Amino acid sequence: MLKYILKKLLIMLFTLWIIITLTFVLMVSVPGSPFNSESSSNEIVQQNLEKHYNLDKPMHIQYLLYLKSVVTFDFGPSIKQPNQTVNDLLGRGFPISAELGIVTIIVALISGITLGILAALRHNRIIDYAAMAIAVLGISIPNFILATLLIQQLSVNWGIFPVATWKSWSHMVLPVLALATGPMAIIARLTRSTMLEVLTQDYIKMARAKGLAPWKIIVKHALRNALMPVVTIMGTLFVGIMTGSFVIEQIFAIPGMGKYFVESINHRDFPVIMGTTVFYSSFLIIMLFLVDIAYGILDPRIKVNNKEGD
Amino acid sequence: MEKILEVTDLHVTFATYGGTVQAVRGVDFHLNKGETLAIVGESGCGKSVTVNAIMRLIPNPPGRITNGKILFKGQDLTKLKEKKMRSIRGVDISMIFQDPMTALNPTLTIGNQLMEGLKQHHDVTDKEAKRRALEMLDLVGIPNPEERLKQYPHQFSGGMRQRIVIAIALICEPELLIADEPTTALDVTIQAQILELFERIQEVTGVSIILITHDLGVVAKIADRVAVMYAGKIIETGMKREIFYRPQHPYTKGLLESVPRLDTKGKLQPIEGTPPDLFSPPTGCPFTARCPFAMEVCDKVYPESTAMSDSHTVNCWLQDERAKKVLATMATN
Amino acid sequence: MEIKQVPPQVTKENIPDEWFTPREKNKNEQERLARPSLSYWKDAWRRLSKNYLAMSGLVFIVILIFMAIFGPILSPYEASTGVLSMQYQPPSAEHWFGTDNAGRDVFTRTWEGARISLFVGFMAALIDVTIGIIWGGISGYKGGRTDNVMMRIIEILYGIPYLLVVILLLVVLGPSLMTIIIALTVTGWVGMARIVRGQVMQIKNYEYILASKAFGTKTSRIIRRGLLPNSMGPIIVQMTLTVPSAIFAEAFLSFIGLGISSPNASWGVMANDSLGAILSGNWWTLFFPAFFISLTMFAFNVLGDGLQDALDPKLRK
Repeated sequence: MLKYILKKLLIMLFTLWIIITLTFVLMVSVPGSPFNSESSSNEIVQQNLEKHYNLDKPMHIQYLLYLKSVVTFDFGPSIKQPNQTVNDLLGRGFPISAELGIVTIIVALISGITLGILAALRHNRIIDYAAMAIAVLGISIPNFILATLLIQQLSVNWGIFPVATWKSWSHMVLPVLALATGPMAIIARLTRSTMLEVLTQDYIKMARAKGLAPWKIIVKHALRNALMPVVTIMGTLFVGIMTGSFVIEQIFAIPGMGKYFVESINHRDFPVIMGTTVFYSSFLIIMLFLVDIAYGILDPRIKVNNKEGD
Repeated sequence: MEKILEVTDLHVTFATYGGTVQAVRGVDFHLNKGETLAIVGESGCGKSVTVNAIMRLIPNPPGRITNGKILFKGQDLTKLKEKKMRSIRGVDISMIFQDPMTALNPTLTIGNQLMEGLKQHHDVTDKEAKRRALEMLDLVGIPNPEERLKQYPHQFSGGMRQRIVIAIALICEPELLIADEPTTALDVTIQAQILELFERIQEVTGVSIILITHDLGVVAKIADRVAVMYAGKIIETGMKREIFYRPQHPYTKGLLESVPRLDTKGKLQPIEGTPPDLFSPPTGCPFTARCPFAMEVCDKVYPESTAMSDSHTVNCWLQDERAKKVLATMATN
Repeated sequence: MEIKQVPPQVTKENIPDEWFTPREKNKNEQERLARPSLSYWKDAWRRLSKNYLAMSGLVFIVILIFMAIFGPILSPYEASTGVLSMQYQPPSAEHWFGTDNAGRDVFTRTWEGARISLFVGFMAALIDVTIGIIWGGISGYKGGRTDNVMMRIIEILYGIPYLLVVILLLVVLGPSLMTIIIALTVTGWVGMARIVRGQVMQIKNYEYILASKAFGTKTSRIIRRGLLPNSMGPIIVQMTLTVPSAIFAEAFLSFIGLGISSPNASWGVMANDSLGAILSGNWWTLFFPAFFISLTMFAFNVLGDGLQDALDPKLRK
């Protein structure tokens, strides 16, 4: 187990390093100095920036200093909002994005797993077909399209939910719905197919031969094994949700990180772009790492066969 | 002798995309208390389906028991409600599966899987359940049972896993144990050990055993009686020595001739051809197409069973008086 | 096969004596025993063509390709220029899908958008499959250290949130169709490589591969002739499912202003342009791009599902 964690940790650190370096290389390769653009109107800001990024120093020193600033979590000031550091923006935007992301994944998990189990237990019957129709539709409709359609119908036409912003629970409904549908569909399909596969396994037959009650067979023997693959894609799904929230936050005018990120791209606010990318990637990579560890704890086989655990 | 199980005219069908498969087509046999009956036949002949029908473990849909009786200690299992049937499974009748590598749930400890059947059917404390589980592991010959209880299936070898599966099947002291090809997936040396284990548990517990196999070596070792199945029917049944030394059905003879032996010379004789399609089984004897002694009648009418002795019956037209002269002419050719 | 029905009155006793004669071996009896065998691809096609949902997906894709090629040519309007006085015309005989905020014909723009979506989708799938087959093929075939190193690289790339990389690349390289495709495939091939590797590792241990190895066949030939044709099933499925995700990514990027930008037509751009319009009730500007992007992704998804079922040998009956 320790070996497994260490291996995953090493890979995680390596991935982080690649992201950080990639961001640096890409930003350095932007034609001209990123801070000479017309968007950075303020002289003082520009000097601060040049100083912060040590643009006068040779490349490798710049890189090392940049690494240091990442490790010490100091991303410097924003160009567009002179009185704000990147950290200020992250501190304000991240909790909101995280809240949206967590609520979304919980909704997607509960509805997706329920739908998947129902479909598997009623294989080739109406519930199965209905659930899978919903799932294919959920995968096929892009979240930003769904978001706009939801606003058009439920907010503008019927006035059930508020159009935008982030103030109360009712503000949360539409963005969560738009963001959760895709992951829900993926979870439902995966749960169904693994559940169907697990139900044909010998150990399920054996459990039936023991005379166990059906619900016990499903909960104790089938579900646990069927949900393993769902755990493995949790990390990827969470990444998808968090990046998907960029556009959802834009559409619903939610003051989360995605909003700042998209704005910073449109304004070519490089410190914010770099800071958010690095912060966001680190966050997501750490989430993937945690999911891997959780999987290792849930599946007893991993502890021994970590060589075949790829 | 007391009959513990009596199956009469059992029919099982499966609905598939290609049509209805008649997997079991009128099977009759019985099992005496304390004996071991081996059901022999090639793959797809319906032997597994037959025993799964006894356990009522045929997935429905697509499978269905369309006709017949399964009398277990006087009550017809085909008529029982699912809930009542559950109280019989694992308690009165237990089952062992072919592949011990897949029969255990990989995510639960051995102890958990051993004790859950006991806890389901009997009102036992955790302590009692554990004591009983240790007893069972000891019986099936697993060293360090105390430690082993906490381990997961992947930490055991194939032979050890099959011992655990047997322990799970026996923990509620069933009267009937059904073993579906219990040694097929194991190495030859391990096979012998598991067969010895079967003999020992039968001595200790007096359990009656139905053993499904296609391996006549296994039959020779532990069976008391043998039923030979072909294309969804039992075509010959008798005591072990009757089947081995005086086989009557050409299929049984073919089976015995296709087994390598040390005491005879000459080539192994395979049985030519393949079994019939069970989507549309033949009206007559299903072996006709492959039978070296086939007559016109075989194609048209299924032969009734002929008693060779109190325990030995066979379904074959060659037993008919009128076939004797055909045999004679064939022998001269 | 001929079954002679026996009248029910035939019993053991009244069977005619002449039936007790040696049976004539039927010539075609032996042949009958062997079931008609279909080749893998024919069998797969037979099963796919029975799957109505997947087939309707296929038909829609074919129609969409046709319209993407000929739609803009058939239309009298320009996709990217409009008449401002004709802003927000509802669907009519002149403008079948209406006009948008700049008076451009939505019908023409929809097919122009289909061109971009399909181009991005197919290009991404093609590049993914090329890199994926080479990488996964070598990794799976060589095994050992090579495989270990190659898989670690994949694992690292897999951990990178691809949309962030895509966005970074687009910021640096500047938005264009080519940039989008490059950005999408930089991390996109990883999934394909994993699938190819898994397939190759499984198949390379089969006897016929071992046999050709024993004959000293060149590695590249074994991979090309022995391994790839037999792992085509999952690769095709993965390709089919890559297309909708690439289409989605392009629309997503265009929607947030990093991909194709107005006045050029892309479904993402069109959806973004109509964001303001839906509040004023001009539903058609959003409806048509939304409808077609969803239907296209739906079509590819159901086709992929259908192919998966059709190509899975486990389901073969």
